[in-house]
Amino acid sequence: MSVVLALTLAACSGSATPTTVSGGPVTSGDGDGTCEVDQTDGELNLYNWSDYIDPDLIAAFEEEYGVDVVETFYDSNETMLAQIQAGVVYDLIVPSDYMVAIMIEEGLLMELQADALPNLSNLGSEFVGMPYDPDGTYSVAYQWGTTGLGVNLSVVGEDFTPSWSLAFDPEATAAYPGGVSLLNDARETVGAALKYLGYSLNETSEDALQEAADLIAAANVTTFDSDQYPDNLVNGEVSVSHGYSGNFFTAFDETENPDNWAYVIPEEGATLWTDTMAIPADADHPCTAHTFINFLLDAENGAQLTNWTFYASPNEAAEEFIDPEILEDPAIYPDDETFALLEAIEDTGDDEILFTDYFNIARGG
Amino acid sequence: MNEATTPRPLVDRLLAAHGWLVYLFFYAPIIVLTVFSFNDNSRVGVWTEPSLRWYRAMIQNDDVMRAIRNTLIVAAVSTVVSVVLGTAAAISMERYRFRGQRTLDGLLYLPIIIPDVTMAVMMLLFFTQAFGFLEGLTGIRLSLGLGSISLAHIAFNISFVAVVVRARLAGMDPHLTEAAADLYASPWQTFRKVTLPLIMPGVAGGALLALTLSLDDVVVTSFVTGPGSTTLPVYVFGLVRREVSPLINAVSTAMLVASILLVAVSLGFQRRSAPVATTSETDEGDTDGPTAPMAGRVSRVGADAGGV
Amino acid sequence: MVMADLEARAERAASRRGFLIGLPAYVYLILFFAIPLLIVAVYSFATRTSTGATALSDWNLDAWARVFSAAPARVFVRSFLLAAATTVLCLVFSYPFAYWIATRSPKVRSLLLVLVMIPFWSNFLVRTYAMKFLLGSEGPLSIISQLLGGEPVRLLFTVWAVLIGLVYGYMPFMILPLYAALERMDWSLVEAARDLYAGGWDAFRKVTLPLSMPGVVAGSVLVFIPALGAYVVPAILGGGSPPYLGDYIVLQFLTARNWPFGSALSVSVMLIMLIATIFYFRRGGRTL
Repeated sequence: MSVVLALTLAACSGSATPTTVSGGPVTSGDGDGTCEVDQTDGELNLYNWSDYIDPDLIAAFEEEYGVDVVETFYDSNETMLAQIQAGVVYDLIVPSDYMVAIMIEEGLLMELQADALPNLSNLGSEFVGMPYDPDGTYSVAYQWGTTGLGVNLSVVGEDFTPSWSLAFDPEATAAYPGGVSLLNDARETVGAALKYLGYSLNETSEDALQEAADLIAAANVTTFDSDQYPDNLVNGEVSVSHGYSGNFFTAFDETENPDNWAYVIPEEGATLWTDTMAIPADADHPCTAHTFINFLLDAENGAQLTNWTFYASPNEAAEEFIDPEILEDPAIYPDDETFALLEAIEDTGDDEILFTDYFNIARGG
Repeated sequence: MNEATTPRPLVDRLLAAHGWLVYLFFYAPIIVLTVFSFNDNSRVGVWTEPSLRWYRAMIQNDDVMRAIRNTLIVAAVSTVVSVVLGTAAAISMERYRFRGQRTLDGLLYLPIIIPDVTMAVMMLLFFTQAFGFLEGLTGIRLSLGLGSISLAHIAFNISFVAVVVRARLAGMDPHLTEAAADLYASPWQTFRKVTLPLIMPGVAGGALLALTLSLDDVVVTSFVTGPGSTTLPVYVFGLVRREVSPLINAVSTAMLVASILLVAVSLGFQRRSAPVATTSETDEGDTDGPTAPMAGRVSRVGADAGGV
Repeated sequence: MVMADLEARAERAASRRGFLIGLPAYVYLILFFAIPLLIVAVYSFATRTSTGATALSDWNLDAWARVFSAAPARVFVRSFLLAAATTVLCLVFSYPFAYWIATRSPKVRSLLLVLVMIPFWSNFLVRTYAMKFLLGSEGPLSIISQLLGGEPVRLLFTVWAVLIGLVYGYMPFMILPLYAALERMDWSLVEAARDLYAGGWDAFRKVTLPLSMPGVVAGSVLVFIPALGAYVVPAILGGGSPPYLGDYIVLQFLTARNWPFGSALSVSVMLIMLIATIFYFRRGGRTL
């Protein structure tokens, strides 16, 4: 009897909170799998990177469409993939470029219905067909940016060389109070090491990967962190942090002396990434998910997103609403010279798992 | 019981000094944490002025409130079920003999020994397989959530409850049940009127333990939770790994107060329902929570409490 | 003859009743514990695909081979040393403490015990966080050390922080069995030793210590086993790097996506604990 009770709980656990209906155009699913514009079919189970969306945008969506948004967070594409592969059900995820390719290959994504996404036309043309999703059938660009190093200028000095040696050189970094923080992310961190060693981000030869792993293992790393790296930097826990551009700017802005810190793109090269919104194949509320994507594609909402995250927006129509300071900042919207340094992470097929394995070896496991 | 020899004065004073230092070690972090939860400043460590703002922030935080609600549901369900099943198992093991008892005894002990991580992995794989199997069989798609968490908690709690109740049963005079039978009481009547009242402190202790373990569990829960069914310990764990903030201090202080209140209530309950006639050792009379002979058991049992 | 027959039947009835009373619990444990355990064992022989998914086919021993390879060995050794250090430190600090409590008057003892119980029953996660809060480089300890002219405290994310956190978390589990053993001891033997002109230290070394050994063993096992598989404390205070056993296993399921290997590791850890516990029982541990 108790088992039955518990199993019933399991069955009911899909919808933890009741859907509240208030104003806004709301209809429930019409059962044939197609989604209309602005249609919702229950709450939105959003699985996103932490600190990646303005809470006001969530609140605005909840109010306009009368549905709850339940947020869960991850700190790397691989963690997200592990959850999806394990069968945990979400309605909307935010995978990066190469991960989209992997998930399409594995059949984990649902095809998007363009009819439910009228705001798609707001996207900049260069984001409509990307190498990882050539026809744009499975993903919609969300934000793009770079991965580099945040540095404490009072530690590294004003005339430092913008190089990965700031993170990887054990001698140079030995004197840094608190050491270095690297991203807890296989592709990014192994990629950074590969770049420093002169390879491509997508190099899969085991020799090169072993070199990269050795480099990481020898570095003066205090912690591998993909969440707190900006805060640890400005709090003085570490002197150099490996991380994503926008999160650094948000953190610098909140300090009393923002000029004490800087974000640099190392001269050996760095990652240019594009994050996207995608719907898992087994999503329970795909129509709400479509509506949310459309909501974020709106020009003003897209601008609000960038104004909050300090990442670059793929939304061309949003540009007129984005803070001019952000548009003109070369660290956020890189200039041509910087673009030449950037490389995108690509799906390496069967070799993909090597990055994860060598990263774990580097971390001492 | 012979009394321990008091050490010589110098040694005695050194021991006392050491004792108080240990207490300081135990309590200082907790007290500091609590004090700073009332700090108005959002930068930790820098004391500004007393304020309740973080408690207000906590109550207004939807995620925290939802996590609390989930935690209470899971704790209530798992405690009730595991107390019933665990007590029954204890009586079955302690008072009866049947075939296969030794194997089942081993099975009953395993959840106590098993490391948390292994248990978490086990339950995840089990649910993954079970959901797939059920979906293939009936087409109903279940997913991880409060149900899977409750089922997992019950799985480890049964054993802990059984151990505690068995300790109590072992100290109980078996002749009393015989006497009841001689007086024509049926087994059920004997249970209700003789056994149950006598083992009630054990049952209460087991319930307290099950509740504590459920409220403390991090690893197992995080492996079998689904979106929206996060419990408070898992939620706090996620926060705590990432940062240190006064909001966490406030939530932590609330959790501390809750656990202390829980123990106080349980102790009060145990004292009031202390049995009249048992043949237990005299040191069982010291009912300050887990008594000395139980201390060993319960401390092993509490070892898993933190989801270590 | 009839009596014997009736008695036999009554016994069988009682036996059946006993079995039935416990049946719900036994069924539950078989379904939700024994079977999951079997599933993990089975998974340890499965194949991990190139994308990290698990295929329940092509059964092999790859995962187990890996368990005995160099990298996991490093993790095992690291965790083992940490657990050993934790146990030793707990023992060193807990023994005098338990001795002190055991040698107070009964009323004082009760009070002192309650004061130990309170942290013991408090939420483990919260206590660990309290340590993190205290040890941060912006935390209270750091502020004090800076006020005193020193450096900010840089303990977080080091192995020392993890060690402190483990000792902080597990000391009560060492104190309680030690106290139990000391309290139950026959102190008249100590008095006898004193009467025979043994000095305080000698009396302790030759009488008290050996007699309290069961408590020492019990406490050590109660600390060592969970410290070996610790996950929460290293994650919060150690930053996850280098990985210890608990974190290493979780890693296999979260990011490394190597479920067969993670399963093999889980089974290995459980076997180690099982052996340690059996060892404890063989050495005369009475209660668990």
